[in-house]
Amino acid sequence: MKSRKRELREVYVWELPVRFFHWVNALCICVLCVTGFIIANPPTLMSQVEASFSYWFGIVRFIHFATAFVFMFNFIFRIYWAFVGNRYATWDNYIPLRARQWRNVWHVLMTDVLMIRNEEERSIGHNTVATLSYLVLLLAAVLQCITGFALYAQTSTLPLFQWATWITPLLGDEMNVRIVHHLLTWFFILFTVIHVYIVFYHDYIARHGLISSMIGGWKNIPEDVAEEEEKLEQKERRRSRRAGHAV
Amino acid sequence: MTTSKSNADLLPTATEPRPTVYEECRRKGVSRRKFIQFCAMMAAAMGLEDVAVPKIVKALETKPRLPIIWLHLQECTCCSESFIRADHPVVASLLFDHISLDYTETLMAPSGHQAEQSMEDTMSKYAGQYLLMVEGSVPTKDDAYCCIGGKSARQILTDAAKGAKAVIAWGNCATAGCVQAANPNPTGAVGIARFIGDKPLIHVQGCPPIADVMAGVIVHLLTFNSLPILDDLGRPKAFYSRRVHDTCYRRANFDAGLFAESFDDENARRGYCLYKLGCKGPTTYNACGIIKWNGGVSYPIQSGHPCLGCSEAGFWDQGSFYKRDTVVEGFGIEETADKIGLALGAVTVAGIAAHAIGTNIRKRREINEVE
Repeated sequence: MKSRKRELREVYVWELPVRFFHWVNALCICVLCVTGFIIANPPTLMSQVEASFSYWFGIVRFIHFATAFVFMFNFIFRIYWAFVGNRYATWDNYIPLRARQWRNVWHVLMTDVLMIRNEEERSIGHNTVATLSYLVLLLAAVLQCITGFALYAQTSTLPLFQWATWITPLLGDEMNVRIVHHLLTWFFILFTVIHVYIVFYHDYIARHGLISSMIGGWKNIPEDVAEEEEKLEQKERRRSRRAGHAV
Repeated sequence: MTTSKSNADLLPTATEPRPTVYEECRRKGVSRRKFIQFCAMMAAAMGLEDVAVPKIVKALETKPRLPIIWLHLQECTCCSESFIRADHPVVASLLFDHISLDYTETLMAPSGHQAEQSMEDTMSKYAGQYLLMVEGSVPTKDDAYCCIGGKSARQILTDAAKGAKAVIAWGNCATAGCVQAANPNPTGAVGIARFIGDKPLIHVQGCPPIADVMAGVIVHLLTFNSLPILDDLGRPKAFYSRRVHDTCYRRANFDAGLFAESFDDENARRGYCLYKLGCKGPTTYNACGIIKWNGGVSYPIQSGHPCLGCSEAGFWDQGSFYKRDTVVEGFGIEETADKIGLALGAVTVAGIAAHAIGTNIRKRREINEVE
């Protein structure tokens, strides 16, 4: 029997709102991609019915538009949570300004991407390469919302949706808006493929229980990594308290 | 020069009152009934209420005809051709001195030096009053691509715009360069907007624009003495605020998912939606579905042909007219969005496969290390 004893500690990493955001977002992206491709090139399912008895293409478009709203407001909610969430959810994870985060980028490149070194996984939340990819995802989502709602605004008289129409004169005409929207769809697909693979990879190698943590929120972190994180957290708290006194 | 002198004699002086549209109509034998019909149709085309009809009638009865300069730069004259096929061509053409002494290369009486002279006369006599109407794009790579009477298109346009009251860009050429600006755009053709300074500009899009839309824009200027409300791209909202898609009589088929897949299939014969045959109606803003062409006879989709999107900038460069695949330029080759996506997908999967092999070697080593 191959076995070894490992000192592990359970750490509550992903709060419920973060998990909620994640799965709603995943569902939205799947629905939007599928309906998006149907809208771009609809299959000819029927040909013998009267138009007045059928509305399936209208329904596909309705699902696409309705899901787009969920997608957008879900992201807005997550941005809010980036200011009130725990240390693994805050905005400063996603906009790396500290030297420690850039050292982590180097570690991920050497260990996980190129596999030149074999260092232990020491991130409890996201590593910095992951957070950077989510920053790119956010930018793509913003652009996708702008191009999507610019196309949608033409069928709506509510001023709520007119905010995105400035993109149309910028890109020339709506056909170009459509091209950008279509290309960005592929970005989301490729992102999903890579993202899912990396999730499997991390559970395969680091064995922190990443996949189950996306449901339950808790991760199994080696004792020494958890202790190091605890010390770092205390240090940060002391520093912020001192800064508070200075002010 | 005797020619220019006799030509100048024919021109009305600035102080002499110009005939009104209605006077001109009566002189040309147009009945009052026809004239009123035209006014009513214009009001309808512009989406105005009944009360606007007397206003239009009064304006055309009392206001002098507009002095105009109509320039032909890099174009095919299809805008002019469209205009003279207006629903009430006689009345429409009398809205301005179309075939009199003002300057329009295709239809004016004088030619050569006389023609150049008549343009200069109009520019000086009606400085600040005349309307400048432009068909065609301007070359920016080399002025020699378009010269008339020894002057470059750019020069002619800049000079003519200086004294204009307002400028109308007829068609896709004057707005966005149209086919001359299509890739690779050998002459560097562009629309006229950047050459006219800060003059008020109306883009009347289309290749060509609908004749009644052209007439409607002029009637609006005459009646209300102000620019019509324009959209983000400078087009009059009365005619360009609705998508061809939303005013299409085949729209019900689109929502029902009933599509023709080729021009000779059963579905095409049933009159199903032409979306899959490359119809650009969903991204095209024009009044084709409402006003239609040739006196309301038909329009492309009604005749079984998908919309080409001719009232949108760059419609020549959006790939095949008969496919919805959109073309993306770059890297020296043109590809559709889906081909790019699939290629990147293949690269991604190959990368993942290579990474997965490396990962398994690493994992095996770690398992073997455990006693």
